[in-house]
Amino acid sequence: MNLLYLTVLFPLLGYVILSWSRGRLSENLAAVVGVGSLFLSAFTTAFVGYHFLTAPPEAGVFTQTLWTWINVDGFAPRVSFHLDGLALTMLGVITGVGALIHLFASWYMRGEEGYSRFFSYMNLFVASMVVLVLADNLLLMYLGWEGVGLCSYLLIGFYYKEKANGAAAQKAFIVTRIGDVFMALGLFMLYRETGTLDIPVLLDKAPELFVAGSMTINLIALMLLGGAVGKSAQMPLQTWLADAMAGPTPVSALIHAATMVTAGVYLIARTHPLFLLAPGVLNLVGIIGAFTLLIAGFSALVQTDIKRILAYSTMSQIGYMFLALGVGAWQPAIFHLMTHAFFKALLFLSSGAVILACHHEQNIFKMGGLYKQIPLVYVCFLVGGAALVALPFVTVGFYSKDEILWETYASHHEWLLLCGWIGAFMTSLYTLRLIFVAFHGPAQIQAHGGHGIAYGLPLVVLLVLSTGVGALIHPPLQGVLPASVGQEGGDMKHWIEIWSEAVAIAGVILAVLLFSGERRMVKAVAANPAGRALSSLWYQAWGFDRLYDVVFTKPFLWLSNILASDLLDRLTYLIAGFAKAVNMVAAAAENGQVRSYAASIAIGALLTLLILIAL
Amino acid sequence: MPNTLLPWLIFIPLLAGVLSWLSGRIHAQAPRWVALAGMVAVAVIVCSLWPAAPQTGWWSEFQAPWIPGWGISFHLALDGLSALMVLLAALLGVIAVLASWKEVQSGVGLFHLHLSLMLAGVIGVFLAVDLFLFFICWEIMLLPMYFLITLWGHEAQGGRGRFHAATKFFIYGQASGLLMLLAIVGLAFANFAATRVVTFDYEMLLQTQLNPVVGFVLMLGFFIAFAVKLPAVPFHGWLADAHMHAPTGASVDITGLLLKTSAYGILRFCLPLFPEASQQFAETAMIIGVASVIYGGVLAFGQTHLKRLVAYTSISHMGFILIGIYAFNAVALQGVVVMMVAGALSTAGLFVLCGQLYERLGTFDTREMGGLWTRLPTLPPIVLFFAAATLGLPGLGNFVGEFLVLMGAYKVAPVLTAISTLGMVLAAVFALALVHRTLYGPATSDAQLAAPVAREQLVLLVMMAGLLLIGLYPQPLLDASAGAITQIQQAVSTTTANAAHFGG
Repeated sequence: MNLLYLTVLFPLLGYVILSWSRGRLSENLAAVVGVGSLFLSAFTTAFVGYHFLTAPPEAGVFTQTLWTWINVDGFAPRVSFHLDGLALTMLGVITGVGALIHLFASWYMRGEEGYSRFFSYMNLFVASMVVLVLADNLLLMYLGWEGVGLCSYLLIGFYYKEKANGAAAQKAFIVTRIGDVFMALGLFMLYRETGTLDIPVLLDKAPELFVAGSMTINLIALMLLGGAVGKSAQMPLQTWLADAMAGPTPVSALIHAATMVTAGVYLIARTHPLFLLAPGVLNLVGIIGAFTLLIAGFSALVQTDIKRILAYSTMSQIGYMFLALGVGAWQPAIFHLMTHAFFKALLFLSSGAVILACHHEQNIFKMGGLYKQIPLVYVCFLVGGAALVALPFVTVGFYSKDEILWETYASHHEWLLLCGWIGAFMTSLYTLRLIFVAFHGPAQIQAHGGHGIAYGLPLVVLLVLSTGVGALIHPPLQGVLPASVGQEGGDMKHWIEIWSEAVAIAGVILAVLLFSGERRMVKAVAANPAGRALSSLWYQAWGFDRLYDVVFTKPFLWLSNILASDLLDRLTYLIAGFAKAVNMVAAAAENGQVRSYAASIAIGALLTLLILIAL
Repeated sequence: MPNTLLPWLIFIPLLAGVLSWLSGRIHAQAPRWVALAGMVAVAVIVCSLWPAAPQTGWWSEFQAPWIPGWGISFHLALDGLSALMVLLAALLGVIAVLASWKEVQSGVGLFHLHLSLMLAGVIGVFLAVDLFLFFICWEIMLLPMYFLITLWGHEAQGGRGRFHAATKFFIYGQASGLLMLLAIVGLAFANFAATRVVTFDYEMLLQTQLNPVVGFVLMLGFFIAFAVKLPAVPFHGWLADAHMHAPTGASVDITGLLLKTSAYGILRFCLPLFPEASQQFAETAMIIGVASVIYGGVLAFGQTHLKRLVAYTSISHMGFILIGIYAFNAVALQGVVVMMVAGALSTAGLFVLCGQLYERLGTFDTREMGGLWTRLPTLPPIVLFFAAATLGLPGLGNFVGEFLVLMGAYKVAPVLTAISTLGMVLAAVFALALVHRTLYGPATSDAQLAAPVAREQLVLLVMMAGLLLIGLYPQPLLDASAGAITQIQQAVSTTTANAAHFGG
């Protein structure tokens, strides 16, 4: 287990090598370094994980301290890694799925400008993400937290020539930064109250230090939640994720589906004792999740870009995780995080395969009939889509999502359960719509499938993991995260499962009616003014972008525009102006005319006399 | 250790300046090497004092009579804080020389004379513990900078010309210097009235008992003088104009050294000399800090001149420093020290990059840039690095400083600190604006630009290594300044024991 640090070091070395080479490495060499480092990291994880599971360390935690980062006045955060069941689960997802996505990317990015630059960012991302999940204090976690944000920014703007991509990258960074600042405030508050940022110490002492439900702990939990919603693209900071699809598709798979966007879920799970002391905020987590999964579900239904559909779907699935956290279903939340990583990575990689096969076409309405031309990708989409819809028994999504819905019921959150069901129904609709429109119907485009191990292997492995096989992996969360109300099952459990499945399958059936064949009903709705208005609202994701533009962006631009010439500085010129004016008056008095001198002498004498008399 | 070492820290740059001026007649490149040697010698001397440094108190002290009748002596002293600052000065001196290697081609000897003179003044400021001597050094810094801007400056589109900028800089400096002189004389007078001893010596004046009103007025005199140089809003008007027209080397020194002398001045003089008054003033000072953070951040975004953009970012940084200083606790004050060093490196790095871009593109106007990712070898990731440092990315130096400052400040002034975190968002906005206006978007031309030569890369690499080191292992820095910071903090907080804290 002492090799734990290598999981960070390998991708970091990969980053250093690739960035120092400054593009002079051949594509093959860059791929070997970039992908190899990830596989080494994944093997290390497997090795460490095997030892961790077979010979568990005392109290289920292994700590490895590298050095003391800062030491000031008793505040001494260390660069130290903390491995427990939760961290191991995350580590496995990040390095395992990450390695597969890197391998796929070595095929996908072939021939692109900046091939090694791409892999250097990807490696740096993985290193930061591993630091984020292994950090044993919140400051180090914040390092990883900001690091992944930077890499996400760099990769969204990877195709730098398009102005729109740069704007999307900036938007992603700034919106998540707003969340990050809330998180930083949370850390300041924690330090003020407890004098430490060490996670184990904080969590141990939290019940003694804070009065449950007090203002302080509520505020702290709220700030941490602010950080979480920023990173995980939940309301109200969700607007960046759809635009983030400007990045290369493997980036969307790794960062904007499988790993980084789940960091918020991880943060809340990691600091769950704090949230348990702030039940109001914990409730809010669930409500935010429910809202997000709903609005994202509706938005996904009307998108035309294959990646944007998946982006809204990601947002919606993370909404389920937040919902689970909010109702105290800690373990199901993380389980869903893992299964989602499998099937969403599969879907994104498949969509990457579709996009390349269709010569960079992303509009599903310009595809059609792809199932004959790229059958492997079609199968991937079917399996991934089935997992997303959570079809019973055969898919991995069934085991995780239905668990969440059951826990929502068991903890008496009927309204949230209703939202979850509506969301599940929407999921079926938009997933089937995507598959029908892109893969069935008349072919409109000549597609060319990829080949080779780098192309096929990741797809097949993820495909297998997205079936019921994936559900055989049980994350070792016992004892790390509290048990939930419905963990032992209950009388109603089967009924809730049957209901959930009924909802999902009803969605599937409706989708078949709506989207297969001629799609007459859909066209009729789209032609109706009310339908058009609604679909336009959904298409623009409920107008949040426009709202923020009016409330924040425009006023800021206006302010910076009027201040740009430095108004305050202009004011200081008044002093100079005053001096000049006095100079003018004084100079005018000295005009060489005897009569004005005589007059001024007379007036001066008169004034002096008056003053003397007055005294 | 020999006590005579300290004066050499000032005399060596003086001597090097004169020699480099003279050596210009022997060989065109000679002045550069002479000036470099002087700065390296300063760095070596400071480093030689490091291993034997005591935990608290002066590392080394030197005193010689100067004007005994007035109680003025040539009194220098060095502790951890000043040692760090002098080392920073030497390092940035080296960087300024290297950054001017190609840019300055006329009057090379004279240029390096001015550069070295200014360095001597700055080091004097960091070492002087006689207030009169301090004032002299403070004034000496101004003159060379005036000439650096007027004689080697750029003419920029939309500016009022380099003479205007230099004059503005000089007037701001003189006016604030006058205030400081009045405050110094006032303090000496108050001390005389109480003790019947005429002295300008720092350690003796520390014992002065001041009546609260007099103390507050004198403190204000010092504070305003420092705030002008910091610069804090609303005294910041000179900075952007000066940077706009200054040659790269001068910009590096303005941002890395001149600004830091004022933060140092507040730490060394304002707080310990006027603890009660500083306590009373703390909230106002913090508000000024918050205003600077936000005003600088908003303005930085609005600039189209690259150097003005960077100049306003440094106003934003200095706002955080002000907030940290007036939080009066060890965490925030240590954060201030880290921020001073890291901020100097990151901003100086950006100015060096501005200079290198200018040498290739012939403009500072960001509207004429864009799409440099492929046109320009090697530099784009470095631009990114310094932008990331500026916005406070963890792992790089600025973050450690900023985080400690805010965390410490939050303890005493949560509301103000919370408002100032808006500056962290603004930092992301302006840093990305800088990156995007230069690197992203369609290229304005296909022509490849010259790759940076070894010298250009070396300058940047040194600063990058420094930022990375401070970001990941700031302990040497923190340890070096801990003793001095504890003393300053105790000087303020002994009087705070019964003074109510604010805003909590």
